[in-house]
Amino acid sequence: MTSARRSLLDSLPRSAVILLSSLAAVILGLLICGVMLLVTGKDPIAAYRTILETGLTGNKLLEMLKRSTPLILSASAVAIGFKMNLFNIGVEGQYLFAALIAAEFASRISAPPVLHVLLTLAVASAAGAFWASIAAVLKVTRGINEVISTIMLNFISLSVMQWLFDNYMRDDSGGGLRVTTTEIAPSGRIPDIVEGRLNGMWIIALVVVFCYWLIVFRSKFGFRLRSSGLNSIAAQTVGIAANRMIIVAMMLSGAIAGLVAMQSVVGDEYAYGPQATPTGFGFAGIAVALLGRNNPVGIVVAAMLFGFLDSTSAVLQLSGIPNSIVKVIQAVVVLSVVIVNEATSRYMNRRTAEQTAATLRAERAAV
Amino acid sequence: MKLTGRTRVLVYLAIPLAMMSIVRLWSGEDALTSADTIGASLRLSIPILVAGMAGLWAERCGVLNIGIEGMMILGTWFGGWGAWQYGPWVGLLFAVIGGVIGGLIHAVATVRFNVDQIISGVVLNLFAFFGVRYLSDLVFVGKPGGGVSQSPPQTTAIPRFNIPIISGGEVFGWKSPNILLWFEDRGWFFVGDLAGVLYGLTHNLSWGTVIGVATVPASAWILWRTRMGLRLRSSGESPTAAETLGVNVIRLRYVGLLVSGGLAGYAGGILSIVASSYYRQGQTAGRGYIGLATMIFGNWRPIGVLGGASLFGYAEGVKLVASDAISTLFLFVALAAVLLMVLAVVNKSTTRGIVTAFVAVIAAYAYLAIEDVPESLTQSLPYFATLVVLATASQRLRPPAMAGIPYRRGESH
Amino acid sequence: MPEAQVGVPAVELKDISKGFPGVIANRDISMSVERGTIHAIVGENGAGKSTLMKTLYGLHQPDSGTIAVNGDIVTFRSPSDAIAYGIGMVHQHFMLADNFTVLENIILGAEPGKRGVIDTREAAKRVNELARSLGVEIDVNSPVAELGVGQRQRVEILKVLYRGAKTLILDEPTSVLVPQEVHELFDNLRRLVAAGTTVLFISHKLDEVLAVSNRITVIRQGTTVGTVTPAEVTRRKLAEMMVGSDLPQPEPRATHVVDKVRLEVKNLTVKRLNGRDVVRDVSFSIRSSEILGIAGVEGNGQFELCSALLGREPSTGSVSIDGKDVSHASVRERMDSGIAYVPFDRQREGLMLSTSLWENNLLGQEEKYAKLGFIDVRAARNACREVIKRFGVLTPNEEVPAFALSGGNQQKLVVGRTMSMQPSVLLAAHPTRGIDVGAQAAVWEEIRNARDAGMAVLLVSADLEELLGLSDRVIVMFEGAVAAELSPRDATPELLGSYMTGAKVGA
Repeated sequence: MTSARRSLLDSLPRSAVILLSSLAAVILGLLICGVMLLVTGKDPIAAYRTILETGLTGNKLLEMLKRSTPLILSASAVAIGFKMNLFNIGVEGQYLFAALIAAEFASRISAPPVLHVLLTLAVASAAGAFWASIAAVLKVTRGINEVISTIMLNFISLSVMQWLFDNYMRDDSGGGLRVTTTEIAPSGRIPDIVEGRLNGMWIIALVVVFCYWLIVFRSKFGFRLRSSGLNSIAAQTVGIAANRMIIVAMMLSGAIAGLVAMQSVVGDEYAYGPQATPTGFGFAGIAVALLGRNNPVGIVVAAMLFGFLDSTSAVLQLSGIPNSIVKVIQAVVVLSVVIVNEATSRYMNRRTAEQTAATLRAERAAV
Repeated sequence: MKLTGRTRVLVYLAIPLAMMSIVRLWSGEDALTSADTIGASLRLSIPILVAGMAGLWAERCGVLNIGIEGMMILGTWFGGWGAWQYGPWVGLLFAVIGGVIGGLIHAVATVRFNVDQIISGVVLNLFAFFGVRYLSDLVFVGKPGGGVSQSPPQTTAIPRFNIPIISGGEVFGWKSPNILLWFEDRGWFFVGDLAGVLYGLTHNLSWGTVIGVATVPASAWILWRTRMGLRLRSSGESPTAAETLGVNVIRLRYVGLLVSGGLAGYAGGILSIVASSYYRQGQTAGRGYIGLATMIFGNWRPIGVLGGASLFGYAEGVKLVASDAISTLFLFVALAAVLLMVLAVVNKSTTRGIVTAFVAVIAAYAYLAIEDVPESLTQSLPYFATLVVLATASQRLRPPAMAGIPYRRGESH
Repeated sequence: MPEAQVGVPAVELKDISKGFPGVIANRDISMSVERGTIHAIVGENGAGKSTLMKTLYGLHQPDSGTIAVNGDIVTFRSPSDAIAYGIGMVHQHFMLADNFTVLENIILGAEPGKRGVIDTREAAKRVNELARSLGVEIDVNSPVAELGVGQRQRVEILKVLYRGAKTLILDEPTSVLVPQEVHELFDNLRRLVAAGTTVLFISHKLDEVLAVSNRITVIRQGTTVGTVTPAEVTRRKLAEMMVGSDLPQPEPRATHVVDKVRLEVKNLTVKRLNGRDVVRDVSFSIRSSEILGIAGVEGNGQFELCSALLGREPSTGSVSIDGKDVSHASVRERMDSGIAYVPFDRQREGLMLSTSLWENNLLGQEEKYAKLGFIDVRAARNACREVIKRFGVLTPNEEVPAFALSGGNQQKLVVGRTMSMQPSVLLAAHPTRGIDVGAQAAVWEEIRNARDAGMAVLLVSADLEELLGLSDRVIVMFEGAVAAELSPRDATPELLGSYMTGAKVGA
């Protein structure tokens, strides 16, 4: 980098540097994917043009927001874990388990409209928190790394769910190809904001991510949580119990995770079903959290980006480009972002150290 | 590598076998120690074993490799494709190459750019998972038997053989007698079971299996007896010290990760070429993570990984071949719990005594009350076993001291 | 390695300069080291000694200047180059792999053998021979984790000799040794030097330097002040060269110990998993306006004692603060009862390096600066500014992340944070470690003032001057138990040394 360009970079405030680097990383990721498309005999320009053309229409933008909803929730769940230095890879198992339990619960109770929905969401959160707490307890009592335990629990969750569903919760009265739990009464449904295009769950997701920010970055508890994640020993030295923090953080993470499939269960399908309820949001949430740097605004923007890409996949398929490329683009972009973020952090640290020392020297000289 | 514990190891192996024998005679359930079950267990343990070795190579050089699953996925795909196009041996080669590519990506991210090792691994898994789907879209769709989630079937397989004399193998065209099978068929206490186990381990062996097992002594020898091995391990124990002695930590970490990737790729190749004859989406089913658990359980030593993989392989073998016998396993667990309880009483440790008594009662009840464990639940046996194994293994672990901590050259300031 | 020539200095540095982002560590350093001598390099904390030695060892390159070994100008691109020229470095913080054996640590990077395979028997033979020639007994197959500090240092020296080092660099070798072990080390060094080895010895302990070296180079603020022989200087003159003025010492002040007992410890025992007790049946009490000093070699239970008093580690026995029994209380509860702690390792136990100073200052005091569950950011920032001002933390503002501060300023922040909690009982572990001389006096003053106002202090320090100058009473810890109790007036380094090594067991 030339010295002129370097000193321009040095003078930018921290937030500008982060924004620029994230942007650069995303573009880098897109370029790499373009090369991959080219190498495998597809036309990258046509692919990207299709994506932009279809994605930027009014209806598709609404679809983008709708698709971003579960991603916002999943990323918030993962981000709380990250702040405590915990890797909750188990969001996938937690949200599916919660979806089944909540769907069954909602279909069995009767209550006035708003209360019905709130109770369902509460049950979903509780179920997610419960499933997450298993991994937390294993970590605290037996020292099992949560990456492995949450992944194992993902598989176990599928197994348990299949058993519960097949034996107790399945509703075959409707006949037909798709099996689900009993349908939820209208009082237990979340209505659409824009009919057929955007569901009210989106608002709830925004509220959740705002609460995430409020609790983690502004509250006393959040300070303790972040301290424990940054230096667990220093935190213990001033009385912040590490084990308790691990359990609380994982349960909070699971509680948010439990809501991930609620848009589908309570807003669209009004039931849970192995084919009806979408999978994969657990891992996508990790990607969105990384892309958004565990920051509330970043998470919402990253979720919208992913939602945008997802909304174009059907059209891509029709124009001859395998729609699996969308997911590959997402993965490559995340990989590129993660690498660029690290390089940026190191640059920022070095810059801060230099600037601090320079300021101190100037002050001393002025004396 | 200690030689002194050899008798101890043999005793530790003999006891569970004797207990299994008792269980078999009591319940009449032959399948638990039959050659079929053991043979299947061996076959199924190889991917986990080699995945565990992949984890070992990576962590020994200082880098956590959560991305083993992704590298295995690449291995299954490239293996399936290569075997379909060119035959099984070339397929295995391509599988290894696929894994090495994954290892290279992980190495560049973590060693060159110091990205958090767990994040890099998780992202690699995502990339691999979706990447092979895209590749399948391009290459397999439209071919007979192929589609977006599986490859067309392979036409030739890697040859299998029986070990001569003891298992009825062929030596220069002469088919030898089958001593072990004779013993197994007699069904005598302990001897019959031992014969069954040995027969299962020595007949219908695939060369792919043999290579997989060979990675254990090979890794042990390379890592503990050679110059490069010592330096590689020092990169994981104390990179700063190693650097001051002129060891090129960065280069050795690359080597470790490429070998790790190659092993993971091979493990994937086994799944799509030896354990079955085509690539299928989801073939790895979490075995990369189970491999990591095996490595932890094995205390980061090759022989330990072998032991752990046998355990998991057995769980998978029972699930596949003898799923009706799973309820009989409860009897085994009850028996084991009783033995441990006796030991606890002798050692005067009350908590352990209470816990084992509790487990014994529950397991006994489970055996008597449950006829058939529902299939949906047996699916989770290996994952459940992983958690149980990790929960019991926590105390005496000695991971490489600096594994997981990013290293920058000249960081000793 | 080139042939050694008579009369040519073993090592000659001319105008060496080296800078890092934000700081110039070495500026125009020049010195000449004669072969077969012990040449000491002295300077206070942060003067640039370690940086200079790292340059000489090839861990980094100088920005300008030349290095000559035995008359030949050399460029070291890595430690391997330096090793090839016969230079070996024994670091202050030992560079050993705990899970490796002694043998593996020593031969790493220079393993004997053919075609890549290590010849273990040959390696063991060579190392055992070397150990014998040094007069050292060691089991090459024991894992380093099981060795004590003195033994580990011997492994480091063997490491260096194994590679045929003719010039040894020792970075603060005596900082972890007791007086008797220091004598042993010096004997070893004299034996090596008599055989033709050259020794470069970095230290800030002037008495030792005067006792053992042939020549002394003084470095101050990154540059050489001068080179003298022990015969030419007194300790005071040397200190003046080092600091520009005499080294301050805490002067024992008249103390007015009040009768109220603030900290009472009875039969405190801390167990470890393998059965050994790291703290054994320790009992003592500290009164209001009293400083109790704890002497002892690092690793004899002082750290665990503080952890147990803080409540961070489980223990048996009783602890009471101001009469209140806190033996089963949590860390939080004990802090609320008035105990505070300046940690042994500021970075590991006390700071979150990537966050701002004001957030670091907030650590442990969130309750004080929280309203309705949310952090009052303005109040927290102001509190930090107070600490910065009062303790002289050199920083542009309170937003700067902690990693941007020098070690000494980080220490000042941690001490300031703890003192501003106005504790009744202060547990202070090396409170002035890494702090430059000027600020040391300020911290001692703060501690003394708080003591005069009624605070009770438990002071753990390896700096005997600090310990003896501040304490009203001194106890010595050895292998987890109290070995002796003395008054500072009676405590000479030799007497303390014998208690610290268990050679003597006192009242």
